[in-house]
Amino acid sequence: MLKHEKIWLTVSSVMIIGFMIATGIQTFAFGMGPPSETERVDPQKVDEHEVFSEPGVYEVGENKYEVVMTLEIFSFNPGDIEIPAGSEVTFKMTSKDVTHGFQIAGTNVNAMVMPGYIQTITQTFDEPGEYLILCNEYCGSGHQLMATTITVV
Amino acid sequence: MKINRLDARLSLAHFYVAFGSILFAGLLGLLQTLVRSELITLPSWINYYQILTGHGVVMALVFTTYFIFGFFYASVAKSTGEFTNKQRKAGWIGFWLLTGGLVLAALMIALNKATVLYTFYAPLQASPFFYIALALIIIGTYFGAFAVISRYRLWKKEHPGEKTPLLAYMAVATLVLWLIATIGVVAAVLFQFLPWAFGWTDTINVALTRTLFWYFGHPLVYFWLLPAYMAWYVMVPKIIGGKVFSDQLARFSFVLFILFSIPVGFHHQLLESGIGEGWKFFQVILTFAVILPSLMTAFALFSTFEIAGRQKGGKGLFGWFKKLPWGDVRFLAPFMGMLIFIPAGAGGIINASHQLNQIVHNTIWVTGHFHITVGGTVAVTFFGISYWIIPHLKGRILTKKMNKIGIYQTVLWAVGMGIMSSAMHISGLLGNPRRTQMTSYNGHEVASSWGAYEMAHAVGGTLLVISLVLFVIVLINLAFFAPKGNEEFPIAEELNPTQQTPNWLENWKLWIGIVFALIFIAYTLPIIDIINNSPPGSSGFKYW
Ligand code: HEM
Ligand SMILES: [Cu+2]
Ligand SMILES: [Cu+2]
Repeated sequence: MLKHEKIWLTVSSVMIIGFMIATGIQTFAFGMGPPSETERVDPQKVDEHEVFSEPGVYEVGENKYEVVMTLEIFSFNPGDIEIPAGSEVTFKMTSKDVTHGFQIAGTNVNAMVMPGYIQTITQTFDEPGEYLILCNEYCGSGHQLMATTITVV
Repeated sequence: MKINRLDARLSLAHFYVAFGSILFAGLLGLLQTLVRSELITLPSWINYYQILTGHGVVMALVFTTYFIFGFFYASVAKSTGEFTNKQRKAGWIGFWLLTGGLVLAALMIALNKATVLYTFYAPLQASPFFYIALALIIIGTYFGAFAVISRYRLWKKEHPGEKTPLLAYMAVATLVLWLIATIGVVAAVLFQFLPWAFGWTDTINVALTRTLFWYFGHPLVYFWLLPAYMAWYVMVPKIIGGKVFSDQLARFSFVLFILFSIPVGFHHQLLESGIGEGWKFFQVILTFAVILPSLMTAFALFSTFEIAGRQKGGKGLFGWFKKLPWGDVRFLAPFMGMLIFIPAGAGGIINASHQLNQIVHNTIWVTGHFHITVGGTVAVTFFGISYWIIPHLKGRILTKKMNKIGIYQTVLWAVGMGIMSSAMHISGLLGNPRRTQMTSYNGHEVASSWGAYEMAHAVGGTLLVISLVLFVIVLINLAFFAPKGNEEFPIAEELNPTQQTPNWLENWKLWIGIVFALIFIAYTLPIIDIINNSPPGSSGFKYW
């Protein structure tokens, strides 16, 4: 192997190992791993589920909210959510039919919501404004209509 | 060695379908940009997602597969000698199975019975004939793989103790990767989708289908990329008057691709429930490992360029760069592909990084990413190959005039892809989702910031389609009208031909064993968990 080739491969390897360590630290030390909920539900019986039978916005602590949400073509339930600025919101979601996406444009909130599984994701909303929530997984011919808002006041 | 006429015919049949497909799917792509930017509205008899399914299936599965097999048949026939009758027959059976699958899939999509996009995520349920079509396409490739691999084995038998031709080795390595990768999608289609679509089973395990799909989906991108690497390692050096930098390094990088490109599918499922964080992280680590062979390739290629440029009298640190044959489309096109791969590869690292994925997942950033990887790097390298391989196979030559149009075509493609993909990347970061017919979202403020980028997609898309039309015109000329002659099939010699390639590189049992061990470690426990702790399955939905 040539000298330059050795240098190149060493630098490359160090860089790659750096990426591995960085993602590892962020995931395990800072708890910034991607949403990976493993709790299951019966997709045929979401309406009878103890939590998902009553979708809605619940205050669970000081400045802490839980949004229990079901996704179904082509809507989010509840929609047009309102919460006070500075609150930490945990979205707890499942799908009643096909796989949907849950994305809040302009934030880091992004998760897949599959039938049979619960998905949770937490976000603190400091900036007041009307945020756009949209489905970002193709779910049928009305997919582009599947959107709602969360207003931070 | 001249390619036998019968082998040339087999190869050409694949190329013709590939070229027709890319032109057709390119038009669909342009339509998509026009609809998304609201420049046109579709008539009521066709649905946006039908067009998108067609574009995805034809580009990702049809164009690439036909091109790659056309290229492999020609490369193997050239480097190891003509196929036996039996092998050639297997090649033709493969061609007709592929074509049957293509026709059936196209029919189902056209009839709006399979509007499930090319990833066919359950529980959206297409007509069973769509899944049969996919199975036919894959079985067809198995016949093709048999032809190529058995020709390679025959060569080894005919030349005991000799080092196999590099081109044939690379084709076989790519097919080994393909055979192992397709196990996932074959299992999903045969054991999950077909019984469910026919109604023999009521429900389907959604998480399992997605996991099996992406077990296949990631190595699929290396199945596209490795043939481009073949052209970079073996053909480009000859075109610029250089040599293969290191035969051993080239083979070793292909082996590394087989090892690390398969057990990494979870990086497409990072935002999904049902797969533990630890397993996702493990596969992200392996994903990063696959960067290494690409960086090895980059080094080898640029060394080749430098050595060749200096031999032609290039002086100083970068003088050799000017000595490269920029006016030769056979060089310019693959070089453009390499250049595009620099940002494309960097984008891939971003996508694979756990946390960054959260920002880009399912936004049109991702679409931008694979349009510069497969639509940029791979496609433009394939254009470069086409310009000499078609005349070679037809006993004609690449004329100066066609070369010139080819250069315009290449530049137009790079510019068009540059415009469209940059706009996709940027607006994806702003939240613009992929796979959606309309991005205005009732005029919401965030959504209105995407409008200008959608316009840029349409501008880029228009340039791309013009480029494709030029491409097809040149190829028709090269296949049927160019002067008769002998266009070179460029295969470079080694820089140090005495260098013996060690036997371990040719030890397929070893590599296949290691890759299965890695797959076993990366997938067994999560899959057992997905099956054993599965929620009740989902029935099928046809929401289009
Ligand atoms: C004329 C050139 C092309 C244009 C104008 C074009 C345009 C587009 C657009 C706008 C989308 C996204 C639509 C959406 O998500 O709503 C798309 C998706 C896609 N394109 Fe292209 N494209 C072109 C060439 C290619 C090439 C050469 C390939 C690969 C060989 C390719 C593969 C794909 C794939 C796999 C998708 C994803 C489909 C899906 O999300 O289901 N495209 N294309
Ligand atoms: Cu949707
Ligand atoms: Cu991947």
